[in-house]
Amino acid sequence: MNIHEYQAKQLFLHYAIPVPDGKQATTPERAEQVAEELGGDGWVVKAQVHAGGRGKVGGVKLAKSPAEVAEFSRDMLGKRLVTKQTGAEGLPINSLLIEKTYPIKRELYLSVLVDRGSERIIFIASAAGGMDIETVAHETPEQIISVPVHPAAGLQGYQCRKVAYALGLKGAQIKALGKIMQGLYDLFLAKDASQIEINPLIETDSGELIALDAKINFDDNAVEAHPDIRAMKDADQEDEKENKAQQFGLNYITLEGNIGCMVNGAGLAMATMDLVKLKGGQPANFLDVGGGTSVEKVCEAFKLILSDHSVKAVLVNIFGGIVQCDIIAAGILAAVEQVHVAVPVVVRLEGTNAEQGRALLSNTGLNLYAADDLAHAAEQVVALAEAA
Amino acid sequence: MSILIDKDTKVICQGFTGKQGTFHSQQALDYGTRLVGGVTPDRGGETHLGLPVFNTVQDAVSGTGATASVIYVPPFYAADAILEAVDAGIKLIVCITEGIPILQMLRVKAAMVGTGALLIGPNCPGVITPGACKIGIMPGHIHLPGSIGIVSRSGTLTYESVHQTTAQGLGQSTCVGIGGDPIHGMNFVDVLSRFQTDGQTKGIVMVGEIGGGEEEDAAEYIKAHVTKPVVAYIAGQTAPPGKRMGHAGAIVTGGKGTAEGKVAALKAAGIEVVSSPTDIGVAMKGCL
Repeated sequence: MNIHEYQAKQLFLHYAIPVPDGKQATTPERAEQVAEELGGDGWVVKAQVHAGGRGKVGGVKLAKSPAEVAEFSRDMLGKRLVTKQTGAEGLPINSLLIEKTYPIKRELYLSVLVDRGSERIIFIASAAGGMDIETVAHETPEQIISVPVHPAAGLQGYQCRKVAYALGLKGAQIKALGKIMQGLYDLFLAKDASQIEINPLIETDSGELIALDAKINFDDNAVEAHPDIRAMKDADQEDEKENKAQQFGLNYITLEGNIGCMVNGAGLAMATMDLVKLKGGQPANFLDVGGGTSVEKVCEAFKLILSDHSVKAVLVNIFGGIVQCDIIAAGILAAVEQVHVAVPVVVRLEGTNAEQGRALLSNTGLNLYAADDLAHAAEQVVALAEAA
Repeated sequence: MSILIDKDTKVICQGFTGKQGTFHSQQALDYGTRLVGGVTPDRGGETHLGLPVFNTVQDAVSGTGATASVIYVPPFYAADAILEAVDAGIKLIVCITEGIPILQMLRVKAAMVGTGALLIGPNCPGVITPGACKIGIMPGHIHLPGSIGIVSRSGTLTYESVHQTTAQGLGQSTCVGIGGDPIHGMNFVDVLSRFQTDGQTKGIVMVGEIGGGEEEDAAEYIKAHVTKPVVAYIAGQTAPPGKRMGHAGAIVTGGKGTAEGKVAALKAAGIEVVSSPTDIGVAMKGCL
């Protein structure tokens, strides 16, 4: 789960991680007022969307007066911001973060995440902040330092000093970085984060360290245990169909193609998409209906797939294990009738009671095709989508 | 011989009297698994499915001599269940539960170091030696005792591979679903090394997917240590980056963990990689 920058910075403050003075605003009037309250002679107006790359597309603007803050806010609010991370539709700008600006001496990078390979929480730092860290890692790996934390020992002082020296920090900054890292580690554990990134962490002209940006992702498997984090969810920043799927316990992801896919199991769902592509088609979605598929779930899955109007044909691929194929077939029939499915549906059933299931689906007078193997099913659905 | 489990393996079930535990324990008994009891706190002394229920895993081990345990408890109780099994001296722990927070698994893995216990999963279908012992949620009847070892991160793609190797008349020695979570127990290499030394296993099917670097590690291991034919398939070639494809571990981040990278690594190690999931069985037969 993602949250906005302003929410991440509020969490930072609770963990004594320094952030710029600033406040969130949802109207130009309030934005101007915030700038006046903050004082000083420079402000930054930052669009609050769940995506990076905002600066390059006008989502971050420097203002020289509160009136200019209001003007930029008026320009941004209500628009959609398209960055390299959002896709062509972009994300709605419903709120802004107004902050004081600081004289920047250097931009650093600091993040903490779970490393799957070492099975440790690791800190990653670099003196090359403000840039895309993956580019830095690729082009100048010697500029990246990483520190793994043993779960029993926790973060140690020497590990923080190691990072501080590698970043070229001096004197009081060493202790300041230690406090920031400890704050990040405590926050990470307390709220079940999966990644926290500060890019950039700035060194000001006076030597202070401040988190100029803040990005936090949380472990989806753990958010249930954190009502305060769940309350920060902003559904407007997420795909409407993906949100709806979650309510019904379906795993759904929107793609660009025209062949809807409904599959049981995540691995088989990915494999089905790959197969559609291999046969010359384009999958419209990833959809895992899960193990214990019911008629209701199949109906909701059909509704989701068909709410995407680019879908020209649907491929249902079920490997009936514990679930019996004839029961699934009955579910598909009920769904096709209830939901008034107008596009052709190719069904591949395999496993327990597959033959009975296929018999149920043939000669129904509906736009249903029962395929006897997966490769044929994929070829058939691609042909039907092309003909539509 | 098979790997990890055989007809003599004594198994207990944690979360025995729950809905999932009850259903899959009955299926295991029907398959012929030597399920010898189960654990549900505060239900000790009762009988369930004709088998004794114990309060603790320690009691169950003392009372039955079980060496393997299968876990069907909700995600927020699963770390506790795994560590209870480790503490009681269970040698093989199979955790079916999906949705365990990653930080809990991180602590569990650190606590397991040096204990000698093996963990399969979590978020997996389990392990089966066809005709002998079934521990998990896989449909028993699609399997055929035979010569192919199958290891996979995905449940339904394991079934697909089983179905195809059964249709080719090859059958399976043992099938291990290692699970779809980013931090989990046995990995590809742990299972491949056992298939390599197992006399019954003549060929190996390996099914990977996007995310992480275990397939790349497996490619290196196979090149150096595995002499048996290996057929591999990698799911997720069309998956968009940054999106979690159902499994918590199936995600491409920062250009890492892509299907192309994994396929390239496996091919570079001389492994036959099929581009269609429907070609696994035929390709395996062709290698033997």
